[in-house]
Amino acid sequence: MKKAQFNSRWMPYALLMPQMAIIGIFFLWPAAEAIRSSFYLEDPFFGTGTFVGFENYSNVLTDPNYRRSAVFTAAFTLTVVFVSLGLGLLFAVSADRVLRGQQTYKTLLMWVYAIAPPVAGLIGVMLFDQHIGPLTDAAAAIGWNLQIGVDYWDTAVAITVVSAWKQIPYNFIFFLSALQSIPSSVKEAAAIDCRSETRRFWTVTFPLLAPMTFFLMILNTTYALFETFGTVDLMVQDQPGNSPVTLVYKVYRDGFRGNDLGGSAAQSVILMVLVLVLTIAQFRLIERRVHYS
Amino acid sequence: MTTLRIRDAVKRYPNGVEAVKGVSVDVGDGELVVFVGPSGCGKSTLLRMVAGLEEVTEGEIELSGRVVNALEPADRNIAMVFQNYALYPHMTVRGNLAYGLRNRGTPKPEIAAKVEEAARMLQIAEFLDRRPSQLSGGQRQRVAMGRAIVRDPAIFLFDEPLSNLDAKLRNQMRLEIKKLQRRLGRAAIYVTHDQVEAMTLADRIVVLNGGRIEQVGTPTEVYSRPASTFVASFIGAPPMNLVDAQLDDDGLQVAGQVVAHDSAHRGPVTLGIRPERAHLVAGGAGLDIEVAVVEELGAHRLIHAHLGGHEVTVAQSADEPVPAGRMVLSFRPEDLHLFDRGTGVRI
Repeated sequence: MKKAQFNSRWMPYALLMPQMAIIGIFFLWPAAEAIRSSFYLEDPFFGTGTFVGFENYSNVLTDPNYRRSAVFTAAFTLTVVFVSLGLGLLFAVSADRVLRGQQTYKTLLMWVYAIAPPVAGLIGVMLFDQHIGPLTDAAAAIGWNLQIGVDYWDTAVAITVVSAWKQIPYNFIFFLSALQSIPSSVKEAAAIDCRSETRRFWTVTFPLLAPMTFFLMILNTTYALFETFGTVDLMVQDQPGNSPVTLVYKVYRDGFRGNDLGGSAAQSVILMVLVLVLTIAQFRLIERRVHYS
Repeated sequence: MTTLRIRDAVKRYPNGVEAVKGVSVDVGDGELVVFVGPSGCGKSTLLRMVAGLEEVTEGEIELSGRVVNALEPADRNIAMVFQNYALYPHMTVRGNLAYGLRNRGTPKPEIAAKVEEAARMLQIAEFLDRRPSQLSGGQRQRVAMGRAIVRDPAIFLFDEPLSNLDAKLRNQMRLEIKKLQRRLGRAAIYVTHDQVEAMTLADRIVVLNGGRIEQVGTPTEVYSRPASTFVASFIGAPPMNLVDAQLDDDGLQVAGQVVAHDSAHRGPVTLGIRPERAHLVAGGAGLDIEVAVVEELGAHRLIHAHLGGHEVTVAQSADEPVPAGRMVLSFRPEDLHLFDRGTGVRI
């Protein structure tokens, strides 16, 4: 190996320091702290904890509330990923086919993405508001008494809809750029080879979008698992007792509302392992079927 | 019989630009017609109108006796080879060849047989299970041609298929395309901006300029009797020398000199003479010129000389002595081309 050209042998380490410090302080240290805490019964008032071994884990895993939350999170994540990817793709394909005013159409769809996430979340919450929400009114018109923050299922629907909705413009932008990077001659060759436009989409266009779909799937999964915290928090409206919450929200609730820091730490460690396994599985299973040109 | 008739085809875009301004061409059975012209002349647009990839604004496209204006590309019984190959990157070579047939509902054994046959013909049998990204440019071009062949179309459409290849491969593939087209006996349209490709491939050349046809003819006709100064300068390398001249009772006035000419035409003309049909001699009948630069090209050489204010190029064999200084440009009267100076049309 060729020796690097540094005057001092400490220089490369000094250059690496800021990045390593950030990773250490904001990722490794908290992670290590979480693992340590998960074996203790922590004193919420900054006293010393008591070592309890795997008791926190066994408590979490046998807790029916935790299982309920896990099932909801799984269903929620799947739905959000599927709906936001599906609609994002649908809008991108539609926008790609628009011949006149395409720029305006694209800009309008992308605008939503430019809105700050908390604001978009608040708008979503307002749409479902008990008193002024148009969606609540619409539901009432078909005889559905939507009660966000009161009824478990109503809240679940609202959280899912708002979370998926927020992610659509993001997926739209990526899908549109992927669609437009397919060479027009390939689309034309397909038009000569295949009469049915639907068939053409599923046999040529969609496989060429596969790498992008895979990439977005990972990002959307992460989004649904972690970044929906704010939406969930706004939706459950300080009444998380009977409301569906995601695992991440439960970590926060049990830790900072319930003052069970050890149990909460055990939950985050489980979550950490889960995400790790999920990501590896996604890469292993799906990437094999994805063609990168 | 005629495979394809194009009748007064016009392509006008929504912004008012006319890319094709009323073109009529016939392509006979088994005939290879080359559309040639500079970029923006409408040759590709015209080809894409035949393919159904561009709508026909006015006029008619008739393929095998049936007007196809309103038909989808897939229903037109055409096959197209694109400049950048346009292969499906996610399919193997076999998948690329079979895709069109599968969509038409061709039985599987028949697809397999056709794919094998095309692969053998194009010598790509060993690559059938590879993806396009694992092939070289020349191999990809063969796959693109294979995809066209398996369709067994009424007409092949080639849109500058060799522009992405290097010069050596281009010459080789050019010859192969011609052989293949002869062997299959199908009509073909070949679009190119390269006049060498046009000359070597074509049964008939259609020279296009600004959305109109300048001339239609065999390569020999287009070369020896160009219909306009545009065709004269476009076909042939180096291009034909074009010099301002005047026809009057004494003959042809060129740069203050007179050459006898029996044309009945009078007035300002453009005189054309091909570099390879002009000779430089020490004395005798002809035009006095001054040799400026000599370019050696191995088998032959190009001599650039001044004739009055014009520059004239002469090509001669390398066996001849290198000319220098004042010489006489001599030519046979039948090798002179006369064009109307205003319209550029042949007289």
